[in-house]
Amino acid sequence: MQMPKPDEAVIARRQEIVRAMRDIVPGEGVIDDLDALKTYDCDGLMAYRQPPMIVVLPEDTAQVSAILRYCSENGVKIVPRGAGTGLSGGALPLADAVTVGLTRLSRILDIDFDNRAVVAQPGVTNLAITEAVADAGFYYAPDPSSQIACSIGGNVAENAGGVHCLKYGLTTNNVLGVEMVLMSGEVVRLGGKHLDAGGYDMLGVITGSEGLLGIITEVTVRILRRPATARALLLGFPTVEAGGECVANVIGAGIIPGGMEMMDKPAIHATEAFVGAGYPLDVEALLVVELDGPEVEVDHLIERVEVIAREAGASTIRRNETEEERLAFWSGRKNAFPAIGRITPDYMCMDGTIPRKELANVLARMRELSKKHNLGVANVFHAGDGNLHPLILFDANEPGELERAEKFGADILRLCVEVGGVLTGEHGVGVEKRDLMGVMFTEDDMKQQQRVKCAFDPEHLLNPGKVYPILHRCAELGRLHVHHGQIPFPDIPRF
Amino acid sequence: MADTLRPETAVEVLDAVKWAASEETTLEVVGLGSKRGYGRPVEAAHTLDLSALGGITTYEPSELYLSCRAGTPMAEITAAVVEAGQMLAFEPPQATGGTLAGVIACNLSGPRRIMAGAARDHLLGFNAVSGRGEEFKSGGTVVKNVTGFDLSKLMAGSFGTLAVMTDLTIKTLPRPEKVRTVLARWRPDGVYDRAAMKAMSAALGSAHEVSAAAHVPAGLAQRSAVGRVSGPGGGVTGIRVDGPAPSAEHRAGELVGLMREFCTDVETLHSENSGTFWREVSESAYLERDGHQVWCLSVPPSQGAAVAIDILDNLHGEVLYDWGGGLVWMALEARDDAGAEVIRDVVERVGGHATLTEAAADVRDRVPVFHPQPAALSDVARRIKDGFDPKGILNPGRMATVD
Repeated sequence: MQMPKPDEAVIARRQEIVRAMRDIVPGEGVIDDLDALKTYDCDGLMAYRQPPMIVVLPEDTAQVSAILRYCSENGVKIVPRGAGTGLSGGALPLADAVTVGLTRLSRILDIDFDNRAVVAQPGVTNLAITEAVADAGFYYAPDPSSQIACSIGGNVAENAGGVHCLKYGLTTNNVLGVEMVLMSGEVVRLGGKHLDAGGYDMLGVITGSEGLLGIITEVTVRILRRPATARALLLGFPTVEAGGECVANVIGAGIIPGGMEMMDKPAIHATEAFVGAGYPLDVEALLVVELDGPEVEVDHLIERVEVIAREAGASTIRRNETEEERLAFWSGRKNAFPAIGRITPDYMCMDGTIPRKELANVLARMRELSKKHNLGVANVFHAGDGNLHPLILFDANEPGELERAEKFGADILRLCVEVGGVLTGEHGVGVEKRDLMGVMFTEDDMKQQQRVKCAFDPEHLLNPGKVYPILHRCAELGRLHVHHGQIPFPDIPRF
Repeated sequence: MADTLRPETAVEVLDAVKWAASEETTLEVVGLGSKRGYGRPVEAAHTLDLSALGGITTYEPSELYLSCRAGTPMAEITAAVVEAGQMLAFEPPQATGGTLAGVIACNLSGPRRIMAGAARDHLLGFNAVSGRGEEFKSGGTVVKNVTGFDLSKLMAGSFGTLAVMTDLTIKTLPRPEKVRTVLARWRPDGVYDRAAMKAMSAALGSAHEVSAAAHVPAGLAQRSAVGRVSGPGGGVTGIRVDGPAPSAEHRAGELVGLMREFCTDVETLHSENSGTFWREVSESAYLERDGHQVWCLSVPPSQGAAVAIDILDNLHGEVLYDWGGGLVWMALEARDDAGAEVIRDVVERVGGHATLTEAAADVRDRVPVFHPQPAALSDVARRIKDGFDPKGILNPGRMATVD
């Protein structure tokens, strides 16, 4: 992984920058001790590590603003960091950059049931928002599997998903507003408790921009009333094709479940060995389908899904009778990553999205790729919205295996794009998929995206080296190549 | 001479914009021209008419998406999704007709927006030609996609000032089997706007997945074609639920009970009446337009009535509330300044924005149609515009604050 060449002149000024940061953030919020910096050398993508030049942990918006203003004026790069749980290396430090950690901005500022909104600082965890409103029967819908640890600011930066996206949307559909600091140090507010901010929808662009456009210092999210009931079906299928057909037919019947998750055989076996969820071991594909809503609706729909599953050839059909049983159905799926971690020294988690109908085809071709690269793979899958998480099993201590795993992963993502899908459904591009962006986008596509970057950060000081494989200078991107001449389409009907 | 270019393919659109960029001549980008009166008046040397660039290219109901050319009429899209038992969940207003690209470019969403998201949430991907005369694309056909910046959001609501979309992919969803509207009918003797806000807030804060909540004050409700809305003489608050038959019935029943805590006269509208009522709401059909200017305010829902009452203390007109109180439609007696200062002062006190959606062209030329942004934001907006359309050839003046 090639990162931008560190600026030696900036590194030489490290002590001066540390002093400037200490003037802004008093106390222990500036970390420059080399051992302590190692704590911050990676995020959830642990294959890549780089200690940051300095870590700064501001406590309020004014400090974030002052940090960015100083760095902007002094040409110092910034890497924003939330809880550090991201899986694509979006918070991977740079040797010549200040990592700005937002964990100390961790207060919930306002709970507004009348407007069904919560205002939180970016370091508040995803789960803490739900916990803050749970007593009143409310929750925050997007639930990435790291929800106990991941921060809401990071969720916005990555446009985080979760198992409930199919029905309730991704982060972008649940964020009402943000306060954000631009690289210049200017503080801006986008949206609020009202809907659809006027002007260009910058809130929409910020969401999922992976720390390239600004640092979020406050988030307003919408909260929902928890559904009256939730019931789940555990469905086992003798073939992946049958499982895929069931998924397509549920959607085709006009049913949008609260969650619809699939696992393949290796994932079923690994999770069953780990948590003993009671999963059948004689099936090739397992589906957990959850319906939520009033009891009459859930009972009605669960009946219909059961019929669809039977018609698709399900060999196991179980309905939860108790809440404990429902949670048991989920326990395997929710513990899939640690379960896989037990059966392999290392694993790499991929994150492509494909059209649902391509599921069986993609899994079959993935098995071929597994043979080709001589590495195992287990699949967990947000089946409802086509979001695959293949887990590639490898041993980093075996020479060459990491490289083979990376090649295998890249082949899987190319396959996703080839069948009409995309490189990443919810984990982000970061550094992990950066060099694959060309599989999905032309040079012109990426240049147009980077022109948006230039509107926010013309000097490329915010999180450089992430998302885009080539950093074009903004002046170069702005240049217009004109082709003078006659109107070149005499055949266009004109009036 | 202002002439019209009418490309029939995406390549011809590219040629047209390239030519305009090289000549530094301006283009008004239109579909069927139905939304020309929305936004500031555009003065352009040429018209780029996309109405010949039509047709649905792919529609896969089980994959929940539809792709079409930019000039495809809404009527064609609506017919296709209805036939497949689906819908565009943001409930685009039908009255203005026009094209899908026009609806997306203006980010127009109906009553269902509060539950299902806005037009912008439904644009999964697009192909376009920037004002630089370059083709580019963003997004795809799947919902879960975080690959690169989400330019779909930027295109929605940009009023054709950044790029000319040639192809769009939008999300489709199953159409609910049954729809019920719980109707609280307030007494004719007074103003119940604030009580209605509380009632809507209670409904939206319930577990009943309310898909629309609107309040039509007395006087306006009497213009409804639905007898049970207009008949009793007072204002009405409508709460809509939908889903599988047993579920819609159950939710409606529960909501009748909830609404009775606020209002004694509560009943339920079924399919046809319910459909008519929400069509009227989504088209703000109740408003007196003759001699009036129309404003659309987006505010925190609980503040809707307070904002409207404040404004009506200073300006003459009437009000209609959608989105649980968060969308305030106002028809105000026409003035040269459209009352902009009064309205925006009130809105800014609670947080939100106000758009002048209907007024004579000379007024829209003078008064900022879109809510003015603070300098730091309008600077970013200008730089975004420069990145897409550095010569300002696309819809010049339409959004005023940026072009």
